[in-house]
Amino acid sequence: MVENVIKQNNGSVAVPAPSTISSTGAAPPLRRRGVAGWVVLGLLAISLLVTLYPFMLAALNAIKTPVDYGANGPVALPHSFDLSALIGFWRRVDFGQKLFNSILISASVAVVAVIISLLNAYALGIGRVNGGKALLLVVMLGVMIPQESLVYPIYYLMKSVGLFDTRLSVIIVFAVLQSAFGTYLLSTVLTSFPRELLEAAQIDGATRLQILWHVVVPLLRPTLRVLATFFFIWTWNEFLLPLVLLIANDNQTVSVAMGTLNNQYTSDPTTTAAASLLGLAPTVLFFLIFQRTLTRGIAVGAVK
Amino acid sequence: MSAKTSSKGAVSSSGYVIYLMPGMIGFALIVLLPFLMNIAISFTQWRGVGAPRFVGFANYERLLQDGLFWVAFDHSFAFIIAMAVVPTALGLFLAALLFDYIAERFGERASSFFRAGFYLPQILPIAVAGVLWGWILSPIGVLNAALKSVGLDFLAQNWLGDPKTALFSVMFVMVWLQLGYSLVVFMSGLSRVDPSLYEAAELDGASWLQRFRHITIAMLKPEIFVVGLTTTIAALKVFAPVYVLTQGGPNNATTVPSYFAYYHFFTTSRVGYGAAITTVQTLITVVLAYFFLRLQTGQINEAN
Repeated sequence: MVENVIKQNNGSVAVPAPSTISSTGAAPPLRRRGVAGWVVLGLLAISLLVTLYPFMLAALNAIKTPVDYGANGPVALPHSFDLSALIGFWRRVDFGQKLFNSILISASVAVVAVIISLLNAYALGIGRVNGGKALLLVVMLGVMIPQESLVYPIYYLMKSVGLFDTRLSVIIVFAVLQSAFGTYLLSTVLTSFPRELLEAAQIDGATRLQILWHVVVPLLRPTLRVLATFFFIWTWNEFLLPLVLLIANDNQTVSVAMGTLNNQYTSDPTTTAAASLLGLAPTVLFFLIFQRTLTRGIAVGAVK
Repeated sequence: MSAKTSSKGAVSSSGYVIYLMPGMIGFALIVLLPFLMNIAISFTQWRGVGAPRFVGFANYERLLQDGLFWVAFDHSFAFIIAMAVVPTALGLFLAALLFDYIAERFGERASSFFRAGFYLPQILPIAVAGVLWGWILSPIGVLNAALKSVGLDFLAQNWLGDPKTALFSVMFVMVWLQLGYSLVVFMSGLSRVDPSLYEAAELDGASWLQRFRHITIAMLKPEIFVVGLTTTIAALKVFAPVYVLTQGGPNNATTVPSYFAYYHFFTTSRVGYGAAITTVQTLITVVLAYFFLRLQTGQINEAN
């Protein structure tokens, strides 16, 4: 029974995949495809190809020699195989360092923001702290405030406390900003947490911290994992605040490094293709690993 | 610890406050304080160093007369079309097509595959998408080369460099980026719809379009609200694509309020003026969110 409640709670975040439903029993019989079915499928396939074509362009042109590009243009398949554009760009922008910075910042934010969200939600959803509803409203406002109206004061404050141009400054800022959404989501989930479980643990003499760690966290684990995945990718993609807060080359993230290229390589198209390919590779990799989590969407959780 | 027996008071709310501390201190320092500072700064003349000089509403008066602000504001509507209206409409159509046409004939795997494919651009860092599209749309870029190779030279343009086409080009890139978000949210919303509803409607002779209108759209109302609200807010504060693709140019043809504010914060150092711009932006966002939510609760009450 408890299992069911938890599953329902998670339903708002990770909707059970229809495929798991059909795999438990007999799969519903497919309908007749017909000519119309194949035509629709073909049209969709063409639209998908068009959507993903820019990715292919980056990959195909990054491995061409400039001579090949000049002679056959960007649309042709490569007649040559040359990694020098990729290697050259990697060295010039010290891409390894940027990758390290992005991973460090995004992973730290994911962990810290999940912890903050969990602690907040524990107090608001289970503790039902006085004034919790009002507090949640204020936090939601934090989700809606455009970052633009925080950017200069944060820039100024970070300068005055000596954190400007450090990766720590970006970690702190995004851990707080992301946890606003996490607090909202987890509070909603925890409000309907089975009270019997809490009471049973309490009767057994468990402290609040023990209840959080041994009762709440194990049941929330799938939700926390989804939340961390999204925090990671959202932080990875952030642009404005990292652009303003990270000046030194050694501190910049992949996003900032890409954004400040300013098309300086337009006269060197294979390098531009190489830059695009290197920039999108980590995201595509991440996508392939976490595809199921990402495409089920988290926004639905915000509806309820 | 005393275990009370009444089910309501069994878990007392005092003592949970300490769990709120990390989150609330962070929120106060990273969101509330900067937010209030920004409002205060908007009433001053300040270059970022030295003491700000109080000027009352002077910045706001100037803002109302600044033609460029209104141009930027106008462009916000173009971004609402490109980021909220078109992706929501297209996403609804695609989600319905995948859910009750493709999945029925070609299985869940086919529809999940398409969903994942269309979603991919959405998790790309905007800066990376900017480099990629900057290259595709440059005067000597992929698009023009492709047009030339099929004999359509006369259609070739300086897509991002010509004031006539720049805004449309950026809008196109935004549709490409945003479609996946609405598609994923709508499809996860559809997974709670009972497929037999569609079958029953079909038996009653409802056409695909009728089912789309009366089942899909009716069932997805909460998701349409969420997607509409979040993407409209995102459109009002769009920054990175403009920064990366056009820097607001050519001739301010693509400038937006966020870019305009960034320009005053960090290029002209008119910090007070920048703060006034972002304060107006915040105000518009909050008012809009308020009306959206009112509309949504109204709809739900009506449904009950």
